[in-house]
Amino acid sequence: MSDSEAFRGEARAWLEANCPAEMREPVRDETDLCWGGRDLVFKNEAQRRWLERMAERGWTVPDWPERYGGGGLSPAEAKILKQEMARIGARNPLTSFGISMLGPALLKYGDEGQKSRYLPEIARGEIRWCQGYSEPNAGSDLASLQTKCEDKGDHWLVNGQKVWTSYADKADWIFCLVRTDPQAPKHHGISFILFDMKTPGVSTKPILLISGSSPFCETFFDDVKVPKDQVVGEVNKGWDVAKYLLGHEREMISGMGLAGQAGAALGEVLRDAVAADPVLRADVARFDVDAMAFRAMSERFIDELKAGQAHPAQPSMMKYAGTELNKRRHELVMAAGGSDALEWESDRSRRGKAAREWLRTKANSIEGGTSEIQLGIIAKRILELPGT
Amino acid sequence: MPLYLNDDQTMLRDAARSFMAEEGAIAKQLRHWRDRNCKDGFGHGLWKQFAGLGFTGILIDEAQGGLGLGHVEAGIVLEEIGRNLTPSPFLMTAVAFVEAVKDTPHAERWFPGILAGDTVAAIAVDEGPRHRPDTIAMRAERSGNGFSLSGRKQFVVQGASADIILVAASTEEGPTLFAVGKGAPGLEVEGVRLADSSIGARLTFDRVGVDADAVVGEVGRGADILARLLGAGRAGAAAELVGVGSAAMDMTVGYLKQRKQFGRLIGEFQALQHRAAHLYSELEIARAATLKAQQMLDESSAGAEAMVSVAKAKAGHSATLAVQEGVQMHGGIGMTDEYDIGLYMKRDRVLNELFGDPAFHADRLARLKGY
Repeated sequence: MSDSEAFRGEARAWLEANCPAEMREPVRDETDLCWGGRDLVFKNEAQRRWLERMAERGWTVPDWPERYGGGGLSPAEAKILKQEMARIGARNPLTSFGISMLGPALLKYGDEGQKSRYLPEIARGEIRWCQGYSEPNAGSDLASLQTKCEDKGDHWLVNGQKVWTSYADKADWIFCLVRTDPQAPKHHGISFILFDMKTPGVSTKPILLISGSSPFCETFFDDVKVPKDQVVGEVNKGWDVAKYLLGHEREMISGMGLAGQAGAALGEVLRDAVAADPVLRADVARFDVDAMAFRAMSERFIDELKAGQAHPAQPSMMKYAGTELNKRRHELVMAAGGSDALEWESDRSRRGKAAREWLRTKANSIEGGTSEIQLGIIAKRILELPGT
Repeated sequence: MPLYLNDDQTMLRDAARSFMAEEGAIAKQLRHWRDRNCKDGFGHGLWKQFAGLGFTGILIDEAQGGLGLGHVEAGIVLEEIGRNLTPSPFLMTAVAFVEAVKDTPHAERWFPGILAGDTVAAIAVDEGPRHRPDTIAMRAERSGNGFSLSGRKQFVVQGASADIILVAASTEEGPTLFAVGKGAPGLEVEGVRLADSSIGARLTFDRVGVDADAVVGEVGRGADILARLLGAGRAGAAAELVGVGSAAMDMTVGYLKQRKQFGRLIGEFQALQHRAAHLYSELEIARAATLKAQQMLDESSAGAEAMVSVAKAKAGHSATLAVQEGVQMHGGIGMTDEYDIGLYMKRDRVLNELFGDPAFHADRLARLKGY
């Protein structure tokens, strides 16, 4: 038996013994996800047990080093674990920006003290993080951000405002881009800083979206004092960290288009709705061509990433294509649902699930860099077209 | 199997790429034969060279003298054919025909000639202007020791040059494939030049008598062989489309970096940059889908049929986008015969029709998925 087969057997047996039955049910809505954090209230006992067992094993972050709370698995083993979890329908024990965004950046740019302080907390789900990037006047032109961070000798002093901060009102800590050198060219005066959301001077205000939910906040900093050891990477070189992290964010968002589809063509799900409507059926069939082709592209992209063959700007292509596809999917779901899908509050519509999800997807091609920004990156970095 | 080319396949691609760019180049092949009004529309010398490199035997077993490789490797050669618009019997002869007859006695009869680059085969399936392989009107009646074939075929690529034509017909027992030699009495062949200057043929069968051994496989059991032939042909045409689209995109992006208007390179204009970037994205996805379909054919996966339709539709759409954007972004010179981009537009149109266009394959995918 090869090592990988041995690992598969081991992982399968462990999951079988440790994954509670409730955690093998499909995720029905947002409240089924476990985001971790200081004030975490588990939805049920099974969710608590599942997180604790996985964290103990290091499998909330299977490919991180063991000394930082990870499982120390090779990429091949991590893939096997993922397959085995998928096989029994096991939920992710933890959904976390700490895992998907900050962690990889800390592993690459953090100093030893930062890594051993923050990473184990992330792995165990003890601290919930949010991302402070966009500002009212720095959206697509992110590097023009103005949140001020002054060196006061024994601390940093932060003043300014962030916007579109996901779950800022629920987060314990923030990783944040701030301007430490207002004189330098815009990409060279930015630093990447971490601080506690309970620090005096931090306040948040949720933003109500068209979907009726408020996943995003405005976040205000008013004379926020931050200890000196909480800048990641070099001062004024935070843009490098930010770009690296954005790459991970784009991969995550492009993956959203695939999550939960489990290989089903859309037409299989909408069979009855499209049967009497040949033009809609044709639209769905064309969508399925594109969706299945994109799934092959995702497979290729992941394989190339692992082999170190992917173009460094290829995540922009994946993000662009994946999010545009996801928007199309939900347009078709709404069309097939007809007036049933318009009900906003009824139990019948599960409180407007289809409509709210449809509206949520409209943000996919805005957040993490708009589609237009991605196209610009592809044009310049892959096609090497001229210009600014 | 990872979804990218392995080392051997990369070597084959590099070899095919440099060979085709040199020997299969547009000026040397497509324009050369077109401008001489060649009745075949391709060069037999190049076909011999393909044989010399082993290309014609890619899908033929090693025991039968071939390379014993698969659809991924055939696709590698086809993508380079597409890039250079190289007129060649490769897709019909070395891919579709070989795939159809490989496990039959016809293999012994025809493979040596194909391996030597002497034999050209054609595929006669379509009967009307649209690809509808599920409704074959061509009749094959039992007659003496064999059959008598009557009916019409069209869009028979290289049909006027072929030594052997594989004909889909209906018998009382069901669909059946026949291998019909050139010059069979009662067979009328009208060579027709197509928009891309390749030569197709319209065939009229008027009680064409063939022996029983002309049957490929078993009488009435042709559906499986036809499905295999079409799977191979469609995946191959998808690969060629990816090549056509990629070359058109490369030419166009190159032009954006060189053409100046309003005092600057037109590639600086965001309106063009975003369209070029979208095109890149579509072609990358088409290439991934095509490779996936080829791998699934090589593994005889259950989902191969659906993925082949995805690949043919996606590659068709993406290549069409590439040639349309190509001509538009080239502006006036894109409309001239002297410039190559228009030749890509014509080839794309023909390849899209071949073995079913994107509408056909989207519909087929929907049926396979049960809606």
